[in-house]
Amino acid sequence: MRKRGGLQRFARRKSTIAFLMALPLLLLIATLVVYPTFYAIYLAMLNKSLERFVGFSNFTFLFTRETFWMVVKQSCIFAISAVIFKALIGFCVAHFVHNVPAKGQRKWRGMLLIPWVIPPAMSTLGWFWLFDPSYSAFNWIFVRLGIPSVTWLGDGNWARFSVILVNVWYGAPFFLIMYLAALKSVPEQLYEAAAIDGANWWQKIWYVTLPMMRNIISITVLFSLIVTFANFDIVRILTAGGPIDKTHVFATWAFLVGIQGGDIALGAAVSLFMFPILAVAAYFILRDISRRGNEA
Amino acid sequence: MSQQSQQRRKFLKTAAATSAALAFPYIRTSYAAGSLTVAFWDHWVPGANNTLTKLCEDWAKKEKVNIKIDYITSQGNKDQLTIVAEAQARSGHDILQHPAWFAQTYAKQLEPVDDVMNPLIKKYGKVASAAEFLAKSKGHWIAVPAVTGTQVKPPLLRLDLFKKVGIDILEMYPVNKEPTKAADKWNWETMLSAGEKLKKEGHPIGLGLGQTTDSIDWVGAMFHSFGADLVNEKGDILIKQNDAVKQVLEYAQRLANVMPQDVFAWDDASNNKYIISGQGSMIMNPPSAYAVAKRDNPNVAKELYEIPYPSGPKGRFAGYLPYLWGTWGFSKNKSAAKSLLSHLLQRESVEQLVTASIGYDVPSFESMRDFKIWEKVEPPVGVVYHYPPRKDQTTWVACAPAPASMAQQMYTQAIMTKMIARCTTGGDSIAKTIDWAASELEGYQRS
Repeated sequence: MRKRGGLQRFARRKSTIAFLMALPLLLLIATLVVYPTFYAIYLAMLNKSLERFVGFSNFTFLFTRETFWMVVKQSCIFAISAVIFKALIGFCVAHFVHNVPAKGQRKWRGMLLIPWVIPPAMSTLGWFWLFDPSYSAFNWIFVRLGIPSVTWLGDGNWARFSVILVNVWYGAPFFLIMYLAALKSVPEQLYEAAAIDGANWWQKIWYVTLPMMRNIISITVLFSLIVTFANFDIVRILTAGGPIDKTHVFATWAFLVGIQGGDIALGAAVSLFMFPILAVAAYFILRDISRRGNEA
Repeated sequence: MSQQSQQRRKFLKTAAATSAALAFPYIRTSYAAGSLTVAFWDHWVPGANNTLTKLCEDWAKKEKVNIKIDYITSQGNKDQLTIVAEAQARSGHDILQHPAWFAQTYAKQLEPVDDVMNPLIKKYGKVASAAEFLAKSKGHWIAVPAVTGTQVKPPLLRLDLFKKVGIDILEMYPVNKEPTKAADKWNWETMLSAGEKLKKEGHPIGLGLGQTTDSIDWVGAMFHSFGADLVNEKGDILIKQNDAVKQVLEYAQRLANVMPQDVFAWDDASNNKYIISGQGSMIMNPPSAYAVAKRDNPNVAKELYEIPYPSGPKGRFAGYLPYLWGTWGFSKNKSAAKSLLSHLLQRESVEQLVTASIGYDVPSFESMRDFKIWEKVEPPVGVVYHYPPRKDQTTWVACAPAPASMAQQMYTQAIMTKMIARCTTGGDSIAKTIDWAASELEGYQRS
């Protein structure tokens, strides 16, 4: 009886109930994230035919590949530039929407969220048709305006521009909505005080808005950096990593090498390289946030 | 005997009979063979899948098998992903269709099918050497050459536009007749010269230089026709000692100048769209583009014509993409799978499939390249007569004769088209391109 009573009390504790409620999600993460990660680490330490343990040979092999370093460079260019533009656009548009009268704000928010809400594979297919070598709508307009056609996906630099453009179009609404929420939490009195002190619009942003939003900016940048770095669908659909591997990022190159090329071990090694790079970025950003929290 | 013991005896008899019936369920006939799941390539030609479905269902009805058929597209490499997933999971379809080098890569996991192929070879003669090369491992057939999807990618061109620039294609490749002596002058230089004139006319030729099979296959045939093999059958890298590689790249630099700039970004649908739109004068493709043009742009379709590859210094080679039907070793119904494969490769079945594909599918048995369909498809009459490779050209799989472990990487990484891209739009010199390719090939040698 005592034992049963103890068990019942245990089951009724808030921490137990919380754990049980979170259990389905934990199981999902364990099966779809944790297990594949460890399995990928295991695969990355096997040889090409998956028959022999080779330790870190696959990783050291990648260091000798020119294409690997090109993928590292491209992933960094892609992630950093896309995140900068997404943050800037999100920040600016959030200010515009914040200043729209309350009555009209909801519909503007709804419309501006559309790119983020449409499944990326679908919207990227739409962009692919806009960039299509034969039927590009952009080139059709350009030709009629007397501007030469652009080889959106056939030239290395234009292809990089195109994938970044689509990623920015897709991801900017996320920044918009986060920054809009952050703007609404900045006390109005601070702006009034700044106005009394004679601050102009730029000074208000620099001395009031940005300091108040620093943490949310850091977190959104970190989150977007991780997601953009690991992007697969946009690059895969638009360029499949071409031309001449100039738009490959880690995920697409891992797919090419591992799945299409039949070298699963090497593909696993490529995909795991994202982890240390992102871990370093996460460490520095979170350390700053933590420091600011301690100072406060 | 008391009534009670009689009842007990009757009960025991009945119980024994019932138990026996449960222990030994009725087996219908020796043909009853459970269930079978199969996955075939989703055909580009509209309606072609229906014939394959019917052949399978007719076979299943006769053999009393429950069959489930899936069609998997090659767009986005979905078929390749399925193969890899099933190989890793050791679970999936009983029969799966493998493109090009995939069967070789998973040879150890495929069920040998010598008992299917040997009787067929005895009946129909030899199989195309390229198909045999891909379907055999260590002397055993590990897959059968598939009918659907096995294709060549020869020039599909506009008769009217070529005539406008002074090249009479029908003089070389007349309607429903063998090539004439004039066809001897159809070589890569003639094609380039035509390309220069067609560009001035505003209808450039468009040969894909991207990283999908339509681009890789024709470039592989071109490289081989120049003698520019990158790796030999033992896996030795020949690229730096082989002057033919330099020659083919020099030719490719001149060719790239007469084509649209975006050919480097083309996928397997881009070239089809290019010719169907009316912009293009020639692509390298099976008749799927013609089939869609017939539906969507009949004015273009009636001018289209398939002809063999241009010849190079080493001969005339047709870029060949064979598909293979393989049965996994983990399949639970290998006997039914083999029976179906044998049924699909009978001449009557093959002819139905080829006809349904309007001649797109190329039978691997050379004795079967005489079907009437290639004479009948129109307009124009004879549009696909010269499509199946006959005596005048040899089929060639891109990246052969490299061993499969290297060839699969070479193929999927599109090393040859990337070499062309590097020394043209990429701005590298030919020497630098060759150095880069040699380094890549060394990487593919890893085991």
